[in-house]
Amino acid sequence: MTLTHLDRRGFLRGTSAAALALGVAPRVFAQPAPQKGGHARIGHSGGATSDSIDPATYTGGPVVTAMLGGVCNNLVEIDENGAAKPELAEEITPSADAKTWTFKLRKVSFSNGKPLTAADVIASYNHHRGEETKSGAKELLKDVVDIRADGDHVVVFELGSGNADFPFVAADYHLLIMPADASGKLDWKSGIGTGGYTLEEHEPGVRIRLKRRDDYWKEGRAWFDEVTLLTINDPTARQNALVTGEVEIINGVPTKTVHMLKRRPGIETVEVTGSAHFPFPMHCDSAPFNDVNVRLALKHAINREEMVEKILRGHGTVGNDTPIGPAYRFYNAELEQRSYDPDKAKFHLKQAGMDALDVTLSASSAAFSGAVDAAVLFQESAAKAGIKVNVKNEPADGYWSNVWLKKPFCMSYWNGRPTEDWMFSMVYADGASWNESHWSNERFNALLKEARVELDDAKRAEMYGEMQQLCRDDGGSIIPMFSNFIDGKSERIQHGKLASNRFLDGWKAVERWWMV
Amino acid sequence: MTLHPLVSMILHRLALGLLTLFAISLFIFFAIELLPGDLAEEVLGQSATPETVEAFRRELGLDQPAMLRYFNWLGGVVRGDFGTSLANGRDIAELLAGRFANTLFLAIYAAAIAVPLSITLGLLAALYRGSWFDRAVNILTLTSISFPEYFVAYILLLYFSVTWGLFPSIADFGSDADLSTMLFRTFLPALTLVLVVTAHMMRMTRAAIINLLAQPYIEMARLKGASPVRVILRHALPNALAPIVNVVALNLAYLVTGVVIVEVVFVYPGLGQLMVDSVAKRDIPVVQACCLIFAGIYILLNLGADVLAIATNPRLMHRK
Repeated sequence: MTLTHLDRRGFLRGTSAAALALGVAPRVFAQPAPQKGGHARIGHSGGATSDSIDPATYTGGPVVTAMLGGVCNNLVEIDENGAAKPELAEEITPSADAKTWTFKLRKVSFSNGKPLTAADVIASYNHHRGEETKSGAKELLKDVVDIRADGDHVVVFELGSGNADFPFVAADYHLLIMPADASGKLDWKSGIGTGGYTLEEHEPGVRIRLKRRDDYWKEGRAWFDEVTLLTINDPTARQNALVTGEVEIINGVPTKTVHMLKRRPGIETVEVTGSAHFPFPMHCDSAPFNDVNVRLALKHAINREEMVEKILRGHGTVGNDTPIGPAYRFYNAELEQRSYDPDKAKFHLKQAGMDALDVTLSASSAAFSGAVDAAVLFQESAAKAGIKVNVKNEPADGYWSNVWLKKPFCMSYWNGRPTEDWMFSMVYADGASWNESHWSNERFNALLKEARVELDDAKRAEMYGEMQQLCRDDGGSIIPMFSNFIDGKSERIQHGKLASNRFLDGWKAVERWWMV
Repeated sequence: MTLHPLVSMILHRLALGLLTLFAISLFIFFAIELLPGDLAEEVLGQSATPETVEAFRRELGLDQPAMLRYFNWLGGVVRGDFGTSLANGRDIAELLAGRFANTLFLAIYAAAIAVPLSITLGLLAALYRGSWFDRAVNILTLTSISFPEYFVAYILLLYFSVTWGLFPSIADFGSDADLSTMLFRTFLPALTLVLVVTAHMMRMTRAAIINLLAQPYIEMARLKGASPVRVILRHALPNALAPIVNVVALNLAYLVTGVVIVEVVFVYPGLGQLMVDSVAKRDIPVVQACCLIFAGIYILLNLGADVLAIATNPRLMHRK
């Protein structure tokens, strides 16, 4: 421990002189230049024995961190500033109506030496389309009418309706590029990609071992010699592993213990405000939630500050009943922050012609950890507004298939999406499969379609601003808070500017971080 | 000709064991069918849509009636083919082999410490009944069994791993480790299990021996001048073996089948974790295979205990 410390200090002394000479801002001192080498071990939550490297089944966890951030590339990646940046695509050209997208591919090779061609890209996308697919990305690609090759290195996507944000879609974690087999189907079983690492071992739910490729095409990425991702689902065990030096990086530090972890010498925590949020969706098509005044009463009856303080222990920010937080490009900062106001809640109840309200909220720890506690806090604060919230503790097992989308008032969780359009189309648009609040607002749906094909950013900002307001004042979801992503790491692990879209640097730590 | 009574008993019991396994497989299959949701819904989770769930079911044959799927599965097992995991298509026999070896390793490791330790402690406690030693052993073992095992595990982790840094906090030893690494890495989980199972075996040994010490033939042995140690080892212990062996067998079975919490805390890839994951995802063939192994272990260990109990008891061995 002391030795590495000395090394690091000596290194800093050397580089700081150089940095001063170059006139670089002092902020850079803490970030020595990236260097190759080291064996990074990551303690990761969310792995299971039933994990598969089939991209159709991805939901997150160590498999995605290894495959998205190490073994494979997408056509586009989300960079640390939240922008879409061409990855395997060299050039992306939309048509004027944003309906036809032409991707010119980079000339790179898979780790087995096979060159990347348009056929591989088409197979990788078709794996998530059509009758036979079981992919979680099917919804996302339902607007793609046709994908065709134009020579070996150009792929053309035809969309049914325009989508100015299509490059963000191409960065989705399901849509990584793997080779096609002889029949044109995706050969995901090979575990081969164009990324900076090769998959050496995958024991589902136990460990994944990656080794660096020396001929990686991307400059300034993939620093570790080797990476091992260990599935450690128990948060205490994960922290122990970091503290005892069994691993160098862990994700998902529980907010309960993050202050203790910070005190530990040699350990640092990494925290970003992301777009992850916890909606309480109410079905807008069933009584009593079909009355907007009832929805507004409930929205005023929740104490957001208290919830951030007690459920997230300060590691988050208050929400404003819209899924679009400050991390988004077109965040509407002028929207007034809604706060806890029992009198206003009573006023809205009266508007709805009621003196009291009695509702049942289905809660479960499956939605997010602390969900049941959050429901009980809500119960307390709503009681002061004359609203009786009965908290029904639903079984965690099967929550997403039996309770969510089925019960009229429940709890949900979204990691957030890279764009406003994506988040809104997926959960708030009329007819979306996951429209968890059964919300249908004519103006909102019209704006959604308009903004999607609009290529002028100023106009889009205006439209998305209005949609956020509609969501806040008419929508069916109470969104009390956004949570931070908190990871832990040894001080030997270094990184550049962090992406805020997910934990572990946007799930790209394997490729972006390095060891000193 | 007639078979030796012991041999015929073993054969008889094995046949009954097969019947039990069959009943268990039927029971488990339909118990999992009763759980809400199926594999398609569990794997897709929040991102499921009706069409993708449907496609998933078609691909895996989950749209067929349960009865048909059960008999398809049974047909495979009879031919020695456990099939493939529904969740990730891996061969189940291969999947289980590694996990089972890990579980067995940890169980044997813990048993190799716990069984001699608890029997010795039990004998000593019986020998010095009512002494400070007896009381101290009783209090210590009862304390360790009274705490939930994850608590014992966390306490051991806190001191042996986090504070003193003597042993690693993660027991997974990777795919190519030598025996000393394996023993070193799995020491803390083994110790946790030892603390959890010792009390039961130790107290049974003590009780069985003390029970016999009141018998006239023990008094006779004492009167003829045998030393206390000889009275216990030579005269009391052989007659107390049957109950002790039974308790040991039960605890060994527990070491194989009941250690999922210890596996989670120490991140050890054993069968328990595999089965819990598979139940959560409704991966029925894997759950079935795990259950059959667990049930088989119980049946064999109980059979072994009975055989030993009979073999060490001449009255049962040479029944008229």
